[in-house]
Amino acid sequence: MPHRRRELLGFIVAGAVIVALPLATRNPYLLNVAVFIGLHSMIAIGLGLLLGFAGQISLGHAAFYGLGAYATGILTVHYHINPWLALVIGAAVTAVVAFLVGRPTLRLHGHYLAMATLGFGIIVRILFNEGGEFTGGPSGLPGIPHLALGPLVLRSDLHMYSLIWPLVLVQVVLSRHLLRSRLGRALRAIHDSEIAARSCAIDTGRHKLMIFVLSAIYASVAGSLFAHSISFVNPNPFSFMVSVELVVMVIVGGAATLWGPVIGAAVLTIVHQIIVQLGGLYEPIKDLDVVIFGLILVLMLLYQPQGLARLRLPRLGRLTGEGDDG
Amino acid sequence: MTASALLQFLLTGITVGSAYALVALGFTLIYNATGIINFAQGEFVVLGGLLFFTFAEVLHWPLAVALAAAVIIVALIAVIVERLAIRPLMDHPVLSRIIITIGLSVILRGSAKLIWGVDAHSVRPFSGDASLMIGGAALQVQYLWVMGLTALAVIAVRLFFDKTITGKAMQACAINAEAARLVGISVPRMVQASFALSAGISALAGAVIAPVTFASYDAGIVLGVKGFCGAIIGGLGNGLGAVLGGVLVGVLENLGVGLAPTGFAGLQDAFAFLILLLVLFLRPQGLLSRQRTEGV
Repeated sequence: MPHRRRELLGFIVAGAVIVALPLATRNPYLLNVAVFIGLHSMIAIGLGLLLGFAGQISLGHAAFYGLGAYATGILTVHYHINPWLALVIGAAVTAVVAFLVGRPTLRLHGHYLAMATLGFGIIVRILFNEGGEFTGGPSGLPGIPHLALGPLVLRSDLHMYSLIWPLVLVQVVLSRHLLRSRLGRALRAIHDSEIAARSCAIDTGRHKLMIFVLSAIYASVAGSLFAHSISFVNPNPFSFMVSVELVVMVIVGGAATLWGPVIGAAVLTIVHQIIVQLGGLYEPIKDLDVVIFGLILVLMLLYQPQGLARLRLPRLGRLTGEGDDG
Repeated sequence: MTASALLQFLLTGITVGSAYALVALGFTLIYNATGIINFAQGEFVVLGGLLFFTFAEVLHWPLAVALAAAVIIVALIAVIVERLAIRPLMDHPVLSRIIITIGLSVILRGSAKLIWGVDAHSVRPFSGDASLMIGGAALQVQYLWVMGLTALAVIAVRLFFDKTITGKAMQACAINAEAARLVGISVPRMVQASFALSAGISALAGAVIAPVTFASYDAGIVLGVKGFCGAIIGGLGNGLGAVLGGVLVGVLENLGVGLAPTGFAGLQDAFAFLILLLVLFLRPQGLLSRQRTEGV
């Protein structure tokens, strides 16, 4: 099958699954899990671009997720700004912050971004915790309004599902176009050989920075949607461990693939839910989650470093290699 | 701030800074041997502290035995980890090996939580909890232990690299692995030795600082980042620079907390990370190394 038709098939299958799920079940728990898979996918898609095509890791994406959540939370609760506007402002603020963090470190050759984002993520979490009444401190900020489309208030998980998953599809389409563009070709060149790319007059630092900022915006939008969905934020969902889990999602699914991050988000979110459920039956299992995520990451890197997307459907959604005539 | 208060912050800063210095040296050893930034470095420190707690406080082994056992076991763990997870990825991009150290750090931290629980464990000072008074500042005897053992470890590492054939071989690998291989040095074995040495001195840091800061399973991230910060300040890859950088981080952090208005104590760790970000932004080649033009 030609590459482009395979890619189209991927979108059709994904679209069909997205439409079919709420028709097949109205189980509130399953829909809630599907909403979280969607939110994690939104962040993982950006991280996948960063990791797979710019060759950089971020250990602070939970902080960008948190910045989006807190920005909309604070703007709507304290300043009564329209939630949609708050979401956009949050994304803009996050983009500026990501630019400031990424600019100095991505200019350097090597992996300074990983440590910088790790440090940044921990600072942001401390600020959420120590922010007093402004952020609600450790107990959090309640009373965040739901999003609304005209008279329709997006209150239920089904509403959020119907908002988030089309967005995920749009992101994947966007990734596809992005990687077919001049920027995408430049990024692939950087990934193959940064030196060769530079000698072709590709501004490697600038391209990596653009992807990093884009991935932060994705995370911020996901954070805003999260905050408006559960109408409450506290610092817990934005810890360092969450940043690590997001990286694990990308590795498990496959960084340099279109659908890999979505697959990884689904697998990891479901594994997390299984651990939580088993932990309800037998308490000590809960403490195993961190070890299990670490083991998944290590085993994937050792035995299937290309990710699950390449394992089961080896040629679907493939972005590089032969047949890649764009 | 009075002079004695300043001196107090300075002494505390140098003490915790000594521990950061050993962590920074640990980062440097693995970075030089492999090009990897080892995200599990902080976990080696934590394991050193927790194992020392078990041997000294629970099993009541003599001090020197408990210390040696903690260091050796952590070094062995590092050797096993290197063999199982790092070496198989030898031909993979550095990025994959860095990410795998993130996975390893998570596994080690999770395991420590399962074994030692979430509570911070207190460890008795090595030789009583007396303090000396210097210029109005209290100097705990344990502080002297920390500084003394750090100095001893740094000198020992220096002598190891300069005087022993293994040390020289490790240095050769760091300078040019391909050339080292050509003269008959087993590069994988030297990488393994670097992991053992790096983990051992990090475990030592964890054990000596435990009576000052408690031993707790989740301290690894913060200790790791502070040690890395020291390594960056010293110019990544520069061993002596890393040691001085680590001490500097400890001093700056404590002076920062001392000078900050009251009510900002919760921001102590944020302050350390701020130093890291500032160094990365302003002088990523380090304060202590001359500017290098980056070759391709």
